[in-house]
This record gives sequence, structure tokens and C-alpha cells, in this order.
Amino acid sequence: MFNIQRFCVEDGPGIRTTVFLKGCPLRCLWCHNPESQLPGPQMSYDRERCIKCGACFDACAKHAIAKGSHFPDPKLCAGCDDCAQACPNGSRQIIGLEIVVGELMDTIVRDRGFYEESGGGVTFSGGEPLAQSSFLLEALRACRRLGIHTAVDTSGYAKRREALAVARLADLVLYDLKHVDDLRHRELTGVSNRPILDNLRALATEPVEVWIRVPLVPGVNDDPVHLELLGGFLASLEKHYPVWLLPYHRLGSHKLGRLGMPDRQEYEEPSTGRIERCADSLRAFGLEVCVNGKIAGEPPAPQMK
Amino acid sequence: MTDRVKSLRARSLEALPSISAERARLMTEFYRENDGKHSVPVLRALSFMYLCERKTIWIGDGELIVGERGPEPKATPTFPELTCHSLEDLDILSSREKTSYAVPSEARDVYEREVIPYWRGRSMRDRLFQVLPREWQDAYEAGIFTEFMEQRAPGHTVADGKIYVKGLNGIKRTIQEELAKLDCLNDPRALDRREQLLAMEISADATILFAKRHAVLAREMAKKAEPKRAKELKRIAEVCERVPAEPPRDFWEALQAYWFCHLGVVTELNGWDAFSPGRLDQHLIPFYRAGIADGSLDEEKAKELLECFWVKFNNHPAPPKVGVTAAESGTYTDFANINIGGLTPNGDDGANEVSYLLLDVIEEMHILQPSNNIQLSRQNPDAFLKAACRVIRHGYGFPSVFNADAVMAEMLRQGKSLDDAREAGTSGCVEAGAFGKEAYILTGYFNLPKILEITLHDGVDPRTGKRIGLATGPCGSFDDLFKAWQRQVRHFVDIKVRGSQMIERMFAKYAPAPFLSLLIDDCVAKGCDYNAGGARYNTSYIQGVGIGTITDCFSAIKTHVFDDKFVSLDDLVRAMEGDFEGNEPLRARLANRTPRYGNDDDAADSIMVRCFEAFFQAVDGRPNTRGGQYRIDMLPTTCHVYFGSVTGATPDGRKAWTPLSEGISPVQGADRNGPTAVFRSASKMDHLRTGGTLLNMKFSPNVLACEEGIARLGQLIRGYFRLNGHHVQFNVVDAELLREAQRNPEEHRDLIVRVAGYSDYFCDLGRSLQDEIIARTEHDAVG
Repeated sequence: MFNIQRFCVEDGPGIRTTVFLKGCPLRCLWCHNPESQLPGPQMSYDRERCIKCGACFDACAKHAIAKGSHFPDPKLCAGCDDCAQACPNGSRQIIGLEIVVGELMDTIVRDRGFYEESGGGVTFSGGEPLAQSSFLLEALRACRRLGIHTAVDTSGYAKRREALAVARLADLVLYDLKHVDDLRHRELTGVSNRPILDNLRALATEPVEVWIRVPLVPGVNDDPVHLELLGGFLASLEKHYPVWLLPYHRLGSHKLGRLGMPDRQEYEEPSTGRIERCADSLRAFGLEVCVNGKIAGEPPAPQMK
Repeated sequence: MTDRVKSLRARSLEALPSISAERARLMTEFYRENDGKHSVPVLRALSFMYLCERKTIWIGDGELIVGERGPEPKATPTFPELTCHSLEDLDILSSREKTSYAVPSEARDVYEREVIPYWRGRSMRDRLFQVLPREWQDAYEAGIFTEFMEQRAPGHTVADGKIYVKGLNGIKRTIQEELAKLDCLNDPRALDRREQLLAMEISADATILFAKRHAVLAREMAKKAEPKRAKELKRIAEVCERVPAEPPRDFWEALQAYWFCHLGVVTELNGWDAFSPGRLDQHLIPFYRAGIADGSLDEEKAKELLECFWVKFNNHPAPPKVGVTAAESGTYTDFANINIGGLTPNGDDGANEVSYLLLDVIEEMHILQPSNNIQLSRQNPDAFLKAACRVIRHGYGFPSVFNADAVMAEMLRQGKSLDDAREAGTSGCVEAGAFGKEAYILTGYFNLPKILEITLHDGVDPRTGKRIGLATGPCGSFDDLFKAWQRQVRHFVDIKVRGSQMIERMFAKYAPAPFLSLLIDDCVAKGCDYNAGGARYNTSYIQGVGIGTITDCFSAIKTHVFDDKFVSLDDLVRAMEGDFEGNEPLRARLANRTPRYGNDDDAADSIMVRCFEAFFQAVDGRPNTRGGQYRIDMLPTTCHVYFGSVTGATPDGRKAWTPLSEGISPVQGADRNGPTAVFRSASKMDHLRTGGTLLNMKFSPNVLACEEGIARLGQLIRGYFRLNGHHVQFNVVDAELLREAQRNPEEHRDLIVRVAGYSDYFCDLGRSLQDEIIARTEHDAVG
């Protein structure tokens, strides 16, 4: 796990706690949580925050941090967290920790009153939560016992059996669709979309509630041709699901430097007009479309075709 | 907003606060002539009558609700019998950068020739400092505590509905019955009661006379006015003939009746928090419904009258404060506070048509005064909460939100009857009280972190080198240190209470408030003054300040000194004495690697609970001199800035002389887990054993951008209140706008922010408080 974020209001209905599980099979070019990709712990270093006290140099028994560099030499680093422990202000931290379900639940239950007041609950996000499906299933069961509403935010890139098992325990699936064209999907995310689309078709025969979430990235998936394909695909499903457009933002990019990852190509942030045009072209298929943070109210319950 | 209201509002905003020496001059005249001729209560009542007969009265163009405290809007009377300002004080008042008052040269002359020569040495303030023990004065000067009554009278109370039902003549009839019942043969206090009752009767007559003078003036003015205004002035004259002597007959008269009573209270003495109408929506609803039913009133007219009423409050900056009192309460706000919603006396949903109308008024007017709040009970519908959230979204800091169910539980714990508890509400900043039945008097703020500084120096204040605390010796463990601090807390509470007991008695003997006593049960029935324990309930509060800072300090010491042994206690104290100069890594570690209050982290929050309990145990239940008890509140007004300015660097990495945490909010910027975690941390304190706690939260406007944001805000509030939270208030502004206002104050004079229990004009705040508000965590919701 790499983060627990409380008071999330855009990852499902109501006030939610979002649990971010680390590790993702996809490598989306615009990924806004780059720290979520690798399954293991990672060093994060915030240059602007660092007060250059040198405590991390002194703490490292392997002398893996050379003066003037900020990231430990991977050949020397023992993977311990001594340097992060020594850092006086948290500008150096380890991202990613192992947690058991019981510990996680201790945090989740804290906001139970707020979930109940708002119709909220917990969202398991990532990374790809289905990549740790046994942990996820256990956590979902624990939430169900306590009557806490659960949502799973997934790329859908998972084994059918696991996807269905999770869908049967979760109250809501937030299902991310990036691109309907397989070739393009491979270019953009590094993997085929075939399991993703197939899993979604399979989910449509289950009673679980599903919201489709589309990260809207200008020049990547907001062109009329793709929107036609996407709308057609969604309209062809057993059920019509509400669609949420998640406009691309650049907030993830500043994390790259902290993780020692190379800079990447940036996209434009879509304008309101552009977002609305995209929403309208999907609405033409009879779909309910919402834009994250823009449209009042919860989307209506999915209708049977 | 009607043109009339626009114009009244604009004039109220434009008028500059000034000092009027009229009241001081009249009081001096009166006392020179009459002191010694009457019992103290009667003398006070006759002096009040003297003022009501002679003070300049004012009816402004276009006004519908009339009557000013001074000779004109924003002209602020002084109370030399309580605080006799020196010429130097007047110069400071007129020249200081923040909350200044223009001092006309005539006022200065009157002070120099008449007021100062008579009152110097006779004023309550002069006499208090002669009586208060040395140890009290040492602790006061060190900034361990403040004293509310050193420049102002107790006050701190709120009206119930009796004036709308009985009128002052009705109350006078009860006084006459009580006078007839006096038993001089068997009751050793019969003479005292007689004098007190006579004083109340005179005070009622004085206020009625004051109202009737407005009727006369309005008729005069009508003669020269154009026909439309002449008609209004004649109506004003009728209203002022009727109320507050007789019960009001309609909505207009009801508002005017309250306003004359308000003026009476704030003219008689300069009591804290002025006076408040309390459950205004519930007091007005019968008049509103009757007016709508018979067609004499419509919603627009009612709103206009309410808005005219609103302006009257804004015309009254707080009586001028100097010295420590100015530092602890650095604002023009006088804390009149209007309650909306809550429960009816039967315990049902109290939100009615007037409640929604009042929310509209707040939204349209957005002026500094009156403060206003909603009392939110489980019984109130979400529609009411959402209507309030839509106003909160604008970021004026109004209305603040109180948990009506928690307030009721607090009252019941203090031994109030269920009926009185249901009629309770909150006033001032966040203080709970039984409206119309309680004198709930704040005695002063109490600096919890400063006492740790003194404990770490074995009883010596490092700022002055003076020994003012106990020599508790070196501490070898965390528990030793905590216990030493706890002993020092009790030591200083003892000193504070000893002083407060004397001060209470001095007000009881020398500064009774017979007019206020008319309005608060059971002063008439007991024949006993408000300031002497006449009210049904008599509570004295000490307000704890810096719970966030003290928690983080103890948590830092526990973590880094005793658990991790990263630094020795001696080295830490030395680093603090040097304000962490050259020791930034240590300071950064203390600030960043310590479990801190506000993150729902039980390691820190359990320390908070321990500190809270220690303070609670030191104060709660001690008897006061008025037949009631001492209790605690957790609120700061602006005192966290003053207390910070006398407190050196602290173990939580806070730099010397910077503000402490305010209310029960976390240290500025210490909370990193979002608003629900703050609410959870704050709720671990037992709010129901206080008389009020203050939690401040700042949101960027984007969090509340759409209807969904409004709903979320309401759900957050409901969530906090089911954890028994007492109060929360919101600032909805972004830091960039505030920085811009700091750079260009002239362009942002109208920017109102929530400070602590009240809202204030951002540009009127001191620089350090401005900085602090900017630094308060912005709770951005992350999707």
C-alpha cells in the first residue's frame, strides 16, 4: 500500500477513504500516480523541502548516498529505511509499506460516522487493486461485516475469475477505460485492452453497480473517432452504466522527480468546452455522463437495457 | 436589498469608529453631584436615568429601527467608572494601526478637565489593581492568564423571550409585587433587596423614557420631512411610544423592543459581548406569522426590517480596549450573536420561516456585526443545514455552526433543567448558556503552553527571569514532567481564581447592573443583582488556550527525549532558549517527526486528552462567589496571538513569540490527514464537559464549488456533531487572495474572515494574525 487518503469526494459516492495499493500492470503515459506503478517500496526525495542537513548521509551504513547526489546508489543501497528515518522533516521518505487487513481496518473505521452521514465508504484504488486480489477480497469481506460501503477502482486488467470474485463482494466498481482500440491501448498503456473489455462484458451480467471512468487526455482519447468507438462499445453492453470523465491534470508530474524517474511528455489540460463536447458525444449514445467535480449530484443508478 | 438598506449599510460601513466623551461627561456630572446620597444600586439606576434623560439621541435618514448607543453611528461611549482612560490611552486609541478610534479634541479636553480628575483612583480598574495580590499581578504580567473584568463589566448573557410577552411594564408589575412581599421583620437582607428592586424599577423607567424621547424626536422630524418619510417617522413614533414599555404587537415593534433593551444593557455598563437577542427566529415567528396572515407584512418587508435591525448592530464597535485586553480581544466586534434554528422549548425542530429569512439577510448584508450562527440539532432538516452551508460557502465566516444537542447536554451536565437547557444556545464566541436565565461569565484566558515553559525552567519565567511558579525540580521521566506541569497548572488556576473571587465581589458591591437584572431570571424574584448572583444560574469560565501547541510539545518531548532519546531534555531546553538558532535540523525533527494533534493519531490525541483533563480537573466545580461554579471553555478570540507573543520557542519546534494554536484547532499546518481526521482528533476531548470549544477550519472555495460540495460540507458537520463536537466555523478563502489583501489592503477592506469565534475584516487584523490565518491548513479535497 502506498497511501490512505481520507475525505476523498470523487472516488465514488459520499465522503470516502481511499486506499491506494501499490503495483500496476499498466504504464499509462499520463499516469498521475507514478509512485503506484512498482509493487515494492521506493525512495522519494523532495529537493525543495530538503534542508541539506546531511542526516541521511550519516545514517547510511552502506555509504550509498554520495554527497551531492540525492538518491542512493542502487548497487550499494541495502533497501533499509535508515536514511528516511534520519530525515528530520520527511523530505526523504519510503513510499510503500506492507500492511495487514486488520491494521488497515483500524484506519478505515475511523471515518465510519462520516460515511454514514454521506452515503460514503471505502474505495480501493491503486496501482491496480486486483493485482493483490487475495488481500483485496479479505479487506472487502471485513468491510462488509462492518456494513461499510466499498468501491474498487480498477483498470480491469486482471484475471476474469478474480475480477468477478471482487465484483461480487464490492458494492461498486469504478471501471477505468482508457482506449477502445487495442493497438492504441498497447501504445498508451503497454498492455492489450482485450481482457479489460472482456471483463467489463462479463461484469455486466453480474448484479454489481459499475461506474465507467474515462481519463480524458487531449490528443490521446478525446478525438471524435475514439469517442464514437467508446460510446458504441458502452452502449452495446448488457447494461448502460454511468460514465465519468476525469479530465487530465498535471499534478502527477511533479512526483516523477521525487521518485528519480525521468521527465515525460506533458499533455494539455482539457478546456471546459472540450470536456463538454466529449460528454455530449457520449450522451448521444443514450449514456449518462458526468464530469468529475463539475456536475452536481450522484449519477443515477444504471438502467437495464 | 432595497435602496434604503443599501444606503444604511453603506453609511454604516463608511462611518469611522470614534470616541464620544458624552457618556463620560454625563456620568462625571452625575457622580460629582450624587455620590454618597443613595445606596449603590439606586445610585447606578439613577445615573442610568440621568443618561437616558440627557444623552443625544439619533434617528438616521431612512432608518426604520432607531436608537444609538452613542450620539451617532460608530461614536463609541466610554465607561470611566470602570476604566478611566488616560490621555496617553486616548492617544494610543487614536493612533494605533489596528482597531483605532478617532478621538475628537473636545473629547480629549473633557477627559483632561473633568473625567480624569474625578475618576482617577475611583474607577473599578484602578481599585482592582490595588486589591489584587502580588502573585496574581506577576502571573498576569507574565501572560499566564488575562482578566476580562479589568476594563469591562461581566455581561456575557443573552435575552430570552420575556420582553416580547411582558414588556418592561409587565416586569415592573412583578417588581412591585416583590417589593410588597418584603419582610423587614424576618429577612436580614430585606433592605438590600428593596434597594435592588427599586433600582430595577428606576432602570425600567429610564429605558422607557429613552424610547419615548425617540417618539418625540420622530414626530418633530416628521414635520419637516417629505410625505413618504413623514409617514414612516410617524409610524416610528408610534412604535417607540409602545415598546419596550408594553409588549410588541407586530414584527416591527418586536425588533424595536429588543433594540431598546439592547441599548439599555450597553449603556448601563460596558458588559462583555454587548447583549444578544438569542433565539431571534423563535421570538419573531409569532409576529411574522400574524403579519403574513393579516396581510400587514410580507417577506420583503420583514427582510427589510431585519436588515435595518442588522445595521444597528454594525453601528456599534466594541467599547475601546487598551493594554492586554486589546491584545486578547483585538477587534471592533462586540460579539452580539444571533442564534438561528435549534430546538423549540418543546424540544422540536426550531427552524422556521424566519430562520431561512435570517440566512438570506446574512448572505445579503455580510457585515461584521452582528455575529450569527446556526444551532444544528438532529431534529433540524438537512434543508436548513444546506441553506446555511450556501451562506458559509461565500466565505464571510458566517454563520458558524453549533451542535444544539451537545449544547443541551452541556447544560444538563451543569445541572440546568431540561426546559432551560432547551432554550440554551451559544453567544459571544462559542459559549453555551441558558438564555435569559444565566450569568455565564468569562473570567480570562489561560496560557497552557507558557506553563510548560515555566515548568521546564523550574518555576522561573525565562522571559523575565522572575520566579512565578512552583519549583518542581528536574524531571527524569515523561510522567514526572507531566505531573510537574499539572501541579503548575493547578498553582496558577488557584492564583487566577483567588483574583476572580475578589473581582466578582467588587462588581457585586460597586457595579451592579439593575437594568440587565430586569431581563435575566431570577434577579427580580431574588431581589438580587445580575452581578451578585441574581441569575438562576451563575457560571464562571476560564478559557484554555493552546491545547494544540501544548499537545504537540508534550508529544515532541515524549518522542524525542524520552522514547527515542534523540536529544536530552537539557539540550532541548537550551535549543529553545536560543530559539533553535543554528539548530534547524533539531527544530525540523521536532516539528515534522512528532505525532501531532489533528491527525487522528492516538499517540498525540491521548496526550491532548490528558492535558485537557488536567486543566478540567484544576478548574471544574470550584465554587464562585455567586452561588455557581467555575467551568472551562476552550476558545481564544485573539489571545493565542498575545499568549504566543509572551512565550518563547516551544518543544514542538514553534519559534519564539509566534502565535499558539487557536481554540481546539491543531497547530497551524500540523494536520495533514484532512478534515475528518481533524474532527476525529478534536472529538476525543469531552466537549460535553466544557461550556464551549472552538474549531476553525479553512476551505478553498473550490471544495464548495457545486451543490455536491454543499452537501459534503453539511455531511462533514453532521459527522463531527455525532461525535459530540460543540462548534465548527469555516473560512472559505484561498491563501493567495489573502496575500493579495495583505499587499493591497485598500482594495480588500471588505474581506471578512473567520478569526476565532467571530469574523473580522482581514485588513483590520494585526500582521501576525493575518499571517497565521494564511498559514492555517487549507483542506483541499483530493479526488
